[in-house]
Amino acid sequence: MHETDMTKALVITLRDWWESQPDRPPVEKVFLTVGKFTCVEPASLQFAFEVQTRGTFLDGAELVIQETPLIAFCHPCQAEYRPEIGQQYACPTCRSPLDDIRSGRELKIDRVQYAQTARSPNSPIP
Amino acid sequence: MHQIIDDTLGINLLHANQEGADHNRTHFDAWGITCINLMSSPGAGKTALLEKTLAALTTDLNLAVIEGDMTTELDADRLRQYDVPVIAINTGRACHLDARMVAGGIHTLSHDYAPQDLDMVIVENVGNLVCPAEFGVGEHAKVALLSVTEGEDKPLKYPVMFREADVLLITKIDLAPYLDVDLALIEANVRQINPHVTVIPVSAKSGEGLALWFDWVRSAVKSPELTSA
Repeated sequence: MHETDMTKALVITLRDWWESQPDRPPVEKVFLTVGKFTCVEPASLQFAFEVQTRGTFLDGAELVIQETPLIAFCHPCQAEYRPEIGQQYACPTCRSPLDDIRSGRELKIDRVQYAQTARSPNSPIP
Repeated sequence: MHQIIDDTLGINLLHANQEGADHNRTHFDAWGITCINLMSSPGAGKTALLEKTLAALTTDLNLAVIEGDMTTELDADRLRQYDVPVIAINTGRACHLDARMVAGGIHTLSHDYAPQDLDMVIVENVGNLVCPAEFGVGEHAKVALLSVTEGEDKPLKYPVMFREADVLLITKIDLAPYLDVDLALIEANVRQINPHVTVIPVSAKSGEGLALWFDWVRSAVKSPELTSA
């Protein structure tokens, strides 16, 4: 259920992009970066994306998700560490709390891959 | 010709929601309204806290509530007796309020009431510790509630919510003596994830701690920019 809403948000954002394209190309792949420290479960997102895009401009488009680990930076230790999600977030060396997050909060649409049609991408719609 | 084109977007998945949140925020700021977003699991006591808050503060503050509920208006009806504008938003199957839904609530507020006279809009989100954390609605501060009956490890299991919170209210502390619960451990677990959070233990039933919460609300009305942790 959570991913249903996240997918809806993703589709709205992609539609905004797609509608701004001069030739509205058929989308083949959508590349996402999803951090481990977000509310998104990639497998559920894949499923929801497939179901929700049927019959839309994204029908058949493949969702490629790259996960990024949770990496924090401890200021007292001047070092990065990997918190154990669900268990321990403080620095394992000095017990300082989770402060700066260097990776893991990403929810990003990196790129969209599409096949160029015979018309050049910048030519006006006839 | 079949040439594969890569278009770099580099935009946030929640870009559309964030635009909506920024739009809402512009309205709040133009009207001089502080907006706070109350979030918790179902049954942590958001509505009970709101009832006490409205009863205590409506004499000196002009408050309004945007109430998110999946299907009913039960919570909204509980709050209407305090004689403040209560805008109910049925989210249907969506498990959180998003910026667009709250924009609808703001539209109703601006149509039926005088928003420039309001000091604060309190958004009561749908009971859920997952999604509301990621969907901003244009609030100045996020307030999370965690009841003592939920266990000390909740912040560890739902870290994004507790990381995002500016304020954590530990609720139902009147029950603490009857439970095997360690309030200090709840606070320590939250601070492990979010060292800058303001923690206020409260009981809507006994009234314990509410004065501190009311003080926070008053200070948020005066300087909304200081409410974020």
